[in-house]
Amino acid sequence: MTSVAEAPTGRVEQRLLDGEVGLDAHLARHGRLPILDSSQIIGMARDAGLTGRGGAGFPVWRKLSAVAQAGGAAVVVANAAEGEPASRKDRALLAYQPNLVLDGLQLAAAATRAKAAHLYAPKAALPALRRLLVARRTAGLDRLEVTLHAAPDAFVSGEESAVVSAINGTGAVPADKRIRIIQAGVGGAPTLVQNVETLAHLALIARYGAGWFLTAGTADEPGTFLATVSGAVRRPGVIEAGYGVPLGDLIAAAGGATMPLQAVLIGGYHGGWVPADPALPVSRRALEPFGASPGAGVVVALPANACGLGETARIAGYLADQVAGQCGPCINGLPRMAATLADLAARRPRPGLPAEVERLARLVSGRGACRHPDGTARLVLSAMRAFEADVVAHLHGRCLATEGHR
Amino acid sequence: MTEALWYFARGSGVISLVLLTVVVALGIGSRSGKPAFGLPRFAVSMLHRNAALLAVVFLAGHIVSLLFDPYAQLRLVDFVLPFVGNYRPFWQGLGTLGFDLMIAIVVTSLLRNRIGARAWRAVHWLAYLSWPIALAHGLGTGSDNGTWWLWAISIACTAVVVVAVGWRLSTGFSRFPARADREVAARLRQPEAKQLEEVR
Amino acid sequence: MRLHIDWTACDGRGVCTELLEEMLTEDDWGYPVLRDGKGEIPRALDGAARRAVDRCPRLALKLTQQ
Ligand SMILES: Cc1cc2nc3c(=O)[nH]c(=O)nc-3n(C[C@H](O)[C@H](O)[C@H](O)COP(=O)(O)O)c2cc1C
Ligand code: SF4
Ligand code: SF4
Repeated sequence: MTSVAEAPTGRVEQRLLDGEVGLDAHLARHGRLPILDSSQIIGMARDAGLTGRGGAGFPVWRKLSAVAQAGGAAVVVANAAEGEPASRKDRALLAYQPNLVLDGLQLAAAATRAKAAHLYAPKAALPALRRLLVARRTAGLDRLEVTLHAAPDAFVSGEESAVVSAINGTGAVPADKRIRIIQAGVGGAPTLVQNVETLAHLALIARYGAGWFLTAGTADEPGTFLATVSGAVRRPGVIEAGYGVPLGDLIAAAGGATMPLQAVLIGGYHGGWVPADPALPVSRRALEPFGASPGAGVVVALPANACGLGETARIAGYLADQVAGQCGPCINGLPRMAATLADLAARRPRPGLPAEVERLARLVSGRGACRHPDGTARLVLSAMRAFEADVVAHLHGRCLATEGHR
Repeated sequence: MTEALWYFARGSGVISLVLLTVVVALGIGSRSGKPAFGLPRFAVSMLHRNAALLAVVFLAGHIVSLLFDPYAQLRLVDFVLPFVGNYRPFWQGLGTLGFDLMIAIVVTSLLRNRIGARAWRAVHWLAYLSWPIALAHGLGTGSDNGTWWLWAISIACTAVVVVAVGWRLSTGFSRFPARADREVAARLRQPEAKQLEEVR
Repeated sequence: MRLHIDWTACDGRGVCTELLEEMLTEDDWGYPVLRDGKGEIPRALDGAARRAVDRCPRLALKLTQQ
């Protein structure tokens, strides 16, 4: 296996977000989709090593072939819910290059021989999409009609079983996973839910080939990804880069840090804290030791004068407030965990406080219909590790960050 | 002989009511999460089910014996269709209604893995209804409704259920009073009638 | 075989934690916790697991192959 250092290094590079806006510009630049059959599309996705960009990073070709083989008329869904408050990339993609997403949705439909296609996105994005779909129909681009659905503005509304039940008309509520949506999802049909960025990559792979896709990113993790960089940076926004891009390059592309950084949250509110090391490659492999992963590309820069425990407690409080409310351990455990962390962050120490935070994080993990408790616990546990010195200081009633002890 | 039948019919009806009372009380108690009436939770659940099945057995005895009873003059249709009987049709009809309800509950309970939790729970709520119906039927049809012992049994049954309901409503009922209710967050329900926007 | 808990159905009534003490404990709110975290059912507990599945008042327990 190649190490991260030997692999082609990721860099800031525009693939998805490049080019003019609009259907004419899209056709002038990329042309129409080539006609491909199911096995060709699945083969290309496999050769390209394309993985999901919605957070879990699952190989796309495996999902495509599972749905294709599930039997029955399949349904494909493009997921642009983007409930994560620190993420803006799906909205940006829909605003600048929606045609790549819609091309990718048609490809996914062809790969799974689907009979219905849906696009699930925040309400504000729908009017423009509706107009675009009419234009594409007139131009004869879409073989399968696409139905639009409004995603409620909530953290869990983009979880795949929540997406399915929203389209089924029963609210954006996650479901038990004993029966997987690959077997029975929208209307009981085998269903493929794919993040919109994943679909846009598929649209480029279909045109330029798997070999071209492999020229970005690392050998293990090919291709580019969309990062939403925010926090203590001059120009917060969406940046495209190959996997393995040094953290410093991403921060620099966002205008650079506004002040010395203390740590960086990678992967979003379900992600993990990593040191603000400019050389740290943003890839699964390099982030794994920190219990983090690129996830859906969220990068939040924490300035040296902010308290990491305070920031994490704020996020944990938000996440506890966003539980769907169905599962006992989640609706009870997340608020308790967030409140316990808040006590630590606010320097209301009591004996065994850090151990209690960790106990609750382990208690809620894996005990919900969706992975919201797991993601929240991961964030909290990573904060306890990344801000270990701060934990000790807080237990003694001091704060390293806000009181300038650092 | 007919005398014996008559007593058997009455006796089995009363026993069925008493068992039904036990079933209702245990059903309420099983929601507490605490060991109810000094029994572990699973025992409460088993007893609830077995007492219910036994109540149905006695109910069947009650009905079959009445079928052969020359005084009662019941026809087969009276066991299925309520309020069409010859003798005190209203009070007798309540008995038929209670019987129908209990059959529905037993059948759905035995098939609950097949029909799913939602349908089963919906029917099961009706179970609570069969108790007052059975009580009223007993007091209304029982030609002994003037006798002290039927009144005594009815009052005792009522007391048991009232105590169980009172316990259910008390703050000490749940083993985890601070536990948050499971309830789907409103923000996830589609805000507009249906947020589905179709493109034609 | 594995024991699967449907958290959207479980009301934490604790019947299963009594019937299947070997595999389950209770959390701070009375909801079941799989001791091994995965729900793997040892052969010897097959019957007990089936009984727990049968007696769950919310039909929240399921046996799954795997
Ligand atoms: C709580 C929660 C929220 C999620 N929100 C989103 C989301 O907003 N958008 C998204 O694409 N995936 C989201 N996911 C991931 C989806 O469940 C699913 O894995 C993804 O849409 C699959 O697409 P991909 O394979 O292309 O990444 C979420 C998952 C969880 C557990
Ligand atoms: S685990 Fe939490 S967020 Fe997920 S469905 Fe259950 S209650 Fe909702
Ligand atoms: S018996 Fe059923 S409802 Fe009760 S705690 Fe166990 S799984 Fe949950």
